Amino acid sequence: MMRVDLDVIQNWIAPRTRVLDLGCGDGMLLRQLADNKQVSGYGLEIDPEQIELCVANGVSVVEQNLDAGLGNFADGSFDTVVMTQALQTLRQPHLVVREMLRVGRECIITFPNFGQWKARWHLAFSGRMPVSDLLPYEWYDTPNIHFCTFRDFEVLCRENSWTILHRQVVSETAVGRAFKDFIPNLFGETAIYHLTR
Amino acid sequence: MPSETASRHSEPLPADSVGIVAPRSHTFSEPLRLACGRSLGDYTLVYETYGELNADKSNAVLICHALSGHHHAAGYHRAEDRRPGWWDQYIGPGKPIDTDKFFVVSLNNLGGCHGSTGPASTNPQSGLPWGPDFPPLRVRDWVHSQARLADLLGIEQWAAVVGGSLGGMQAMRWALEYPQRLRHAVVIASAMKLSAQNIAFNETARQAITSDPDFCGGRYLEEGKLPRRGLAVARMIGHITYLSDDGLGKKFGRELRSGTFRQGVEEQVEFQVQSYLRHQGDTFSASFDPNTYILMTRALDYFDLAREYGDDPVAAFSHAKCKFLLVSFTSDWRFAPERSREIAAALMHANVPVSYAEIDSPMGHDAFLLPNERYRRVFAAYMDSVAAEVTGRGAKP
Repeated sequence: MMRVDLDVIQNWIAPRTRVLDLGCGDGMLLRQLADNKQVSGYGLEIDPEQIELCVANGVSVVEQNLDAGLGNFADGSFDTVVMTQALQTLRQPHLVVREMLRVGRECIITFPNFGQWKARWHLAFSGRMPVSDLLPYEWYDTPNIHFCTFRDFEVLCRENSWTILHRQVVSETAVGRAFKDFIPNLFGETAIYHLTR
Repeated sequence: MPSETASRHSEPLPADSVGIVAPRSHTFSEPLRLACGRSLGDYTLVYETYGELNADKSNAVLICHALSGHHHAAGYHRAEDRRPGWWDQYIGPGKPIDTDKFFVVSLNNLGGCHGSTGPASTNPQSGLPWGPDFPPLRVRDWVHSQARLADLLGIEQWAAVVGGSLGGMQAMRWALEYPQRLRHAVVIASAMKLSAQNIAFNETARQAITSDPDFCGGRYLEEGKLPRRGLAVARMIGHITYLSDDGLGKKFGRELRSGTFRQGVEEQVEFQVQSYLRHQGDTFSASFDPNTYILMTRALDYFDLAREYGDDPVAAFSHAKCKFLLVSFTSDWRFAPERSREIAAALMHANVPVSYAEIDSPMGHDAFLLPNERYRRVFAAYMDSVAAEVTGRGAKP
């Protein structure tokens, strides 16, 4: 995950609140939130190596498969539920977002944009599924099973009456940075959405 | 068990062993008020320590043992001992509970039969063995007696209280009874309370003991008898449940130790698993006190972390001030991962820091005692962060 995402997410989380981070990786976001904003929280993760890194980093991490839902968390038990770059790996992404908004007052979601021009170009002209630095997998072994574009995601939000509080589009390339604000769905690589019920 | 007499053939002790250790004991004279309402006038606790207590006494780790455990958790009593202490896999120099960093205290709980005061000790009132008159103990009684041991050793606050199974229950009870006296609780393959199935297994084991004609209503020592057969059966029942179907299958399958299935030959077969179980039962019953087994299984059955907190685990854990590490094992069906997930959920709702790892293992409940690379790594990562915290190096809030 890019550092710039971390900064944006941190700006949207109020000090001394409670955060649940789904698919927390090595726990860096929670570590920084704890250090900089006295935010308390937990990460959920299933990768043993990442869990070990969290534990070594002093981050509270609980082994849990997101596809099994968040049934162990009460309604509104967190201020913010975060999920970075994991939406596209879930079996039922829409149900997980619904759960995030049940468990948290707000949620922050980032995911790679499948509508970005490179992906479109790749599919349109090579006739093969896009493989990039950001998404370096072949179609048959990718953990990313539910790709969407920014526009797809916003349709999902509208259908479920979820309110988009903020959206920020980030890009690591010069071309992306130059044009992402004009046509985000074509030039943005990653979107960060801030939602509430 | 420490009573193994076979020799290690005078091999040198392993480099990652705490080496030769000697148990110590202390007799406490201030009466201990017990949960049952009675008091123990004076009582002895036997314990071992590994590693060095640092100057500010901040690096002490308490090991709480499980049902059949005792104080001898690591190292060897004599160079010729064949087996080290029961948790030597995880306690020693460079091991998760690193004795180069921690001062480790391991005791035999009250009611035990390895040197601490228990049903086989002499009742000062009668001059006879306590037997069935020994007061029933609960997990909290052990915690209070362990706190006295901490006082004796000058330990104001444990860096961590660590335990598996029944030991994990003690670690949790510590967090609620003495919230200021521990920084971390490591709760492995444990539960906030036993299920009906678990109690049923314990009752069957107790019945095996009490229905042995040599049990004599628990006064077998006075009668010069020992219900060894009953205790062996109790241990066999327990042992089956501590392993998994898969684990037993992998270890023994349907291998025969003797006999044949050949038609026309009348020779009874004995499966390997039969002789293994009998051996387990026999060794155990040679070194364990039947009344202690009854006492310990009852303490397991009675334990209910949240009972006095309106049966609300979140309300219970809201008293905790320490951080938690929870570990469970996928094939453990006596203390199933679901029990640990319940603990994790309650801790998270109480806003108590907790990490939880679910270790893939075919070894059932016994997995917490056995080598497992992922278990070792996550346990070590956690204990390293505890060590860094208490010694002020790279301290994490």
